[in-house]
Amino acid sequence: MESDTVAQSSKTALLVLGCPQVPVQTSIALYLASRLKKAGITPVIAGNKAANTLLVVADPDRHYLGEITDLDRVVAQITEKKRDFDKCFVFIHNDAGISYAATMGVISKAKLYVLVYGEHQDDLVQQITFPCTKIAAKAVHNPLPLKKAIDEAVPWAA
Amino acid sequence: MGCVEDLKYEILIRDASFKECRDYIRSHFSESLDVEPGFKIFDVHTIGVPPIAVGLDGDNVIFPFTKPCHGTYLLRVNDPEEAARLRAQKKGR
Repeated sequence: MESDTVAQSSKTALLVLGCPQVPVQTSIALYLASRLKKAGITPVIAGNKAANTLLVVADPDRHYLGEITDLDRVVAQITEKKRDFDKCFVFIHNDAGISYAATMGVISKAKLYVLVYGEHQDDLVQQITFPCTKIAAKAVHNPLPLKKAIDEAVPWAA
Repeated sequence: MGCVEDLKYEILIRDASFKECRDYIRSHFSESLDVEPGFKIFDVHTIGVPPIAVGLDGDNVIFPFTKPCHGTYLLRVNDPEEAARLRAQKKGR
């Protein structure tokens, strides 16, 4: 049983959501937000309206979620040096996800993690040549392979 | 934060990859410049894998626009002022 104790820290993490058409994203985003919070890292989630709404409906009492923001808005804030994070996790299951991850790698000083999943995760991983920590699993409907890969990487501890 | 919907744009390619857009600009337009992600074109921060190619064709600006669910669009917008600004950036490098 995991402890519910929340460590005290001012560290922050940005979770950049992709298109929510692959089911594991919502589940893994909630899981990762929970693990980050337990490690004392404040998660901020950024996605489009559909991706964000899936999360808000799944966690109505906000047990896991904290701040949720619009993806375009947070890109603008980081680019204009108004905001930044200690860690950044980008969810990738398509080409657009790689574009967002590469963008975060350039505009943000955060330690960059990419979570690569979906049917084409092998091809996508090979296309990621910029500096980042890759966490990948062939996961579409079942989140457990990606959860396992995240647990092995322990990104909340690094 | 800008909104592409405020621009009068023409879609040259839809649901493309970032590499397809870069290759299209370099092969179809004699004038282009490379920018970094986050670079503002009109009032929009560009998203993509660097270098991001931006095409110039007279008063037209051709640039990629990425959305999470729809991949990357290659847009053409006629705007003499923005084309001139980008040419000035290019010369300043």
